[in-house]
Amino acid sequence: MRELSLNILDISQNSISAKATVVEVSVEENSAENTMIIKIIDNGCGMSEEMLRRVNDPFCTTRTTRKVGMGIPLFKMAAEMTGGSLEISSAVGKGTQVTAVFKTDSIDFTPLGDIDSTVITLITMNTHIDFLYRLTVDGREFVLDTKQLKEILGGVPLNEPEVVMWMKDYLKEQTQIIRGGVV
Amino acid sequence: MKTLEELLAIKAKAEKQMNVREEEGAGIRVVVGMATCGIAAGARPVLAGFVEEVAKRNLKDVSVNQTGCIGMCQYEPIVEVFEEGKEKVTYIKMSPEKVARVVADHIVNGNPVVEYTVASLNK
Ligand SMILES: Nc1ncnc2c1ncn2[C@@H]1O[C@H](COP(=O)(O)OP(=O)(O)OP(=O)(O)O)[C@@H](O)[C@H]1O
Ligand code: FES
Ligand SMILES: [Mg+2]
Repeated sequence: MRELSLNILDISQNSISAKATVVEVSVEENSAENTMIIKIIDNGCGMSEEMLRRVNDPFCTTRTTRKVGMGIPLFKMAAEMTGGSLEISSAVGKGTQVTAVFKTDSIDFTPLGDIDSTVITLITMNTHIDFLYRLTVDGREFVLDTKQLKEILGGVPLNEPEVVMWMKDYLKEQTQIIRGGVV
Repeated sequence: MKTLEELLAIKAKAEKQMNVREEEGAGIRVVVGMATCGIAAGARPVLAGFVEEVAKRNLKDVSVNQTGCIGMCQYEPIVEVFEEGKEKVTYIKMSPEKVARVVADHIVNGNPVVEYTVASLNK
């Protein structure tokens, strides 16, 4: 994938397929340590120990339309190429947590890319799911929680064009603040 | 600065509009394949393009959704257009540039862009 934000979109699709009702996407950058830690946490159906073991081997899938799963192996490869790692913990009926560590000073580090677009896509295409997006840069944190937005919006859906525009601007501004830029 | 208060104002306005808006079913369904292969091939900006065009043109009768695998990896990004009483149209190797034309010609004016479709492969 050209951007890690595309891997994040893809790994989050697994959470959606697993019937999660709450999905947390967290990106944590630490410039002193040259690391980026990406977590995708869901409360979906989870995986058995047997399944979990197989998922760590490449090309395991429960999909029926083709025989290999590519999502997790691709994400894992992207992390390991930088000298980082990927770990999955999961419990049946409880949920799954995917944690990927990237070394940002590696020449094989893929940039995060348009993470806002990934977040907006996830939120607007799955308005029944609660998304929590957390961006942390050197200890400064920003959180977008659709549960909070839904409380404010009442019956107005999150994919209403004006709401989408507001979310895009909000994400952009808050990200700038976190990254130390001026708005 | 965007604030949560602003969201309240958007809500009030949207609710007013929802009251006057008639109940309209989605007459046309646009579905974008978002399996790993689709995302890797560029489905995210294609999906965003459809959402944006539909909002810009205020097409109340059109829904844009995502799906998993459509079964033809080599032709991703794939977009399917469903319309009541008509045969499904499958667009292949879509790009944000192609989206504007599909919306204008097909979604708005009812003329599928044949050269972008899977059917054009057999010609
Ligand atoms: N969050 C999750 N919750 C439950 N099961 C999961 C989760 N993530 C992955 N899995 C299981 O692991 C399998 C492999 O996932 P992977 O993303 O690698 O491939 P895939 O989703 O099957 O296909 P694709 O190539 O489209 O991603 C899935 O089919 C699913 O059974
Ligand atoms: S996996 Fe590529 S189209 Fe289904
Ligand atoms: Mg997957």
